[in-house]
Amino acid sequence: MIVIESLTKRYDSTTAVDGVSMTIERNSITVIVGTSGSGKSTLLRMINRLIEPTSGRVLIDDRDTVGEPGHLLRRRIGYVIQGHGLFPHRTVAENIGTVPRLLGWDESRIRARAAELLETLQLDPAQYSEKYPHQLSGGQQQRVGVARALAAEPAVLLMDEPFGALDPIIREKAQADLLDIQRKFGTTIVLVTHDIDEAFRLGDRVAVMSEGRLLQYDRPEVLVTRPCNPLVARMTGSAERAMRLLSLTTAGEAAVPVAAGHAGADALVVPTSASLREVLSELLWRGSECATVVDVDGTPRGQLTVAAILAHGRPA
Amino acid sequence: MSASGLLLRGPESAQGRSALRRIDRLGTLLTLGGAAALLLLPFVDFKANRILPGDPRDLAQVLPLWAALGCQATLAAVAAVALLVANAPLRLAAALTGLVVTAGALAAAANALTPPHNLIVRVAPGAGFWLLLAVLGLFATDAITRMRPGPGARVLLLAVFLGVAILTLSHGTFNNVSVIREYAVDASAFKLAARQHILLSLGSLAAAVVVALPLGIFCHRVPRLQPGVLSALNIIQTIPSIALFGILMAPLGALAAHVPLAAAIGITGIGAAPAVVALFLYSLLPIVANTVAGLKRVSPSTVEAALGMGMTRWQTLMGVELVLALPVILTGIRIVLVQNIGLVTVAALIGGGGFGKFVFGGIGQAATDLVLLGAIPTVVLAFSAAVLLDALVERLDRVPK
Repeated sequence: MIVIESLTKRYDSTTAVDGVSMTIERNSITVIVGTSGSGKSTLLRMINRLIEPTSGRVLIDDRDTVGEPGHLLRRRIGYVIQGHGLFPHRTVAENIGTVPRLLGWDESRIRARAAELLETLQLDPAQYSEKYPHQLSGGQQQRVGVARALAAEPAVLLMDEPFGALDPIIREKAQADLLDIQRKFGTTIVLVTHDIDEAFRLGDRVAVMSEGRLLQYDRPEVLVTRPCNPLVARMTGSAERAMRLLSLTTAGEAAVPVAAGHAGADALVVPTSASLREVLSELLWRGSECATVVDVDGTPRGQLTVAAILAHGRPA
Repeated sequence: MSASGLLLRGPESAQGRSALRRIDRLGTLLTLGGAAALLLLPFVDFKANRILPGDPRDLAQVLPLWAALGCQATLAAVAAVALLVANAPLRLAAALTGLVVTAGALAAAANALTPPHNLIVRVAPGAGFWLLLAVLGLFATDAITRMRPGPGARVLLLAVFLGVAILTLSHGTFNNVSVIREYAVDASAFKLAARQHILLSLGSLAAAVVVALPLGIFCHRVPRLQPGVLSALNIIQTIPSIALFGILMAPLGALAAHVPLAAAIGITGIGAAPAVVALFLYSLLPIVANTVAGLKRVSPSTVEAALGMGMTRWQTLMGVELVLALPVILTGIRIVLVQNIGLVTVAALIGGGGFGKFVFGGIGQAATDLVLLGAIPTVVLAFSAAVLLDALVERLDRVPK
């Protein structure tokens, strides 16, 4: 758990972050969203003390972060930035081994860990370990950047616009991979983005910042249904809010159980992981009224009608 | 330079020129130069003693007819390759053949013109020889460039070249050539000068690296300092070397006179001390400027990632920033080393020693051969330093272009 207490950063004449307090739950993804200059990156960098706060404090698992030298703190916290920041003069395996090497792991353990992470991120270790970053595609570089941040098994992972340099299709895949990784390792992730869709897609909780202040910090559906101020409402998109709400619920959660054999042979079949927004869109496209929800092994879990979906698009 | 860039280009429609177009442009220039050297200029100068004006002689006047014709025929064949052959290794082989024949002709001419056991006469390379050497050297360099050898191959070529030169010199092949005669007059002075020359160049370079590298890092960290430091160093660079040597004589002399310790460690107003100080000052700008440029080349996100992962500032500097900046910094060091090897020659004027002693001694005595005894090894030293450091830079540059 990360507790941020009235954290403030002032430069000569400007206040970058102004008295922000928030609590970040363990094993969750928290997304800080805001326009450029909103102070979101500064806030993130104060968590690992790349920037020292002017006042206020940060506690990670009840320990004040100023209790140890900054570089030792940072070795326990993963850090991913936009444009990956890989070392161009080191191989993929050496890049991933950076923090373990700083921590004095022995070489065989570092090698094994690098191979394991490359597998997890769907890069064949035999093929990629000895490559240099410039030999990889943008998406591969980004994955190596994530692998490097996770190398020393940090409990906390900070990500600053990690997908900003990727094209839309690769970005979507990278976001899905991040959700898988979070589930697999249970890492507490704090991610900064200016992309509200990304925030809603990834965040268990979303913090909206503007001009150094934290405007609202809550679950995404609350931000849509009960924005606390007009700026938050505008950011979460007043015209799109119903669709946004639908995108936050999965077909598995909304499926209504029915007796087997009820659905027609030509009915739309959707996986439990699909969002209601996706199911609705597909139903409209086909002109169908009803979809069958099945889980990974194909077992029917229930059905979804257009009317049932629409009910989810209204605030509770 | 690509091979096609060197071909003579004519209008595509003019069919009569298609044969001409295959003629190598550089080859044409080199052939004209070589022909002029062979036909119009004297190959050697014969002098009854070292300071008398030379008596120019052609190859045909000096060598037996068959040898002179053989040389000319071989060089004509080399010219034909330069004009018509595009294959780079073949061109290199032709250039090297030409160089061997020219050098051999010089040795033979010197032997033919020197009466037995006569140490007074001097047979100096003439204008024709030098021009041929320059033309064939250019031809060889161009051929090597077209072959695009890697750093290792270039160093190997240099080693072979130096090895052959040392072998033939120590074998005595050129013993009757005037420059080697001058060397033989006082071989120990030459060896001392060589040692001094190398020590002065490398010593001032080492001192400059120790100061300039941290200064460059500092300028990178505190950008406000950059304009001031760089323009101060720039001003030093604009002072002519002789003037700077002169300027330093007074303060260093005073230092030696008033501080016993300074005198004890060998600091004097003339000699090596002002030479080293001046060379050191000249060396600062290229190293500081290249250190700043090299560090600037390192992407800020790489540095941020290093710090963000928990590397200390020192670890980031040593393990990331300097490693990535190294090729650019080494380029600065290469500039300084080559520059110093040249400038050390001037330092002989204030008693700094080195090959300059021969150059200025030769000018004073109107003995051209003595000037060459100083100048040729200086050029070879500077050239070797450039090749070695260029190879090192290329070897270390792992940042993708």
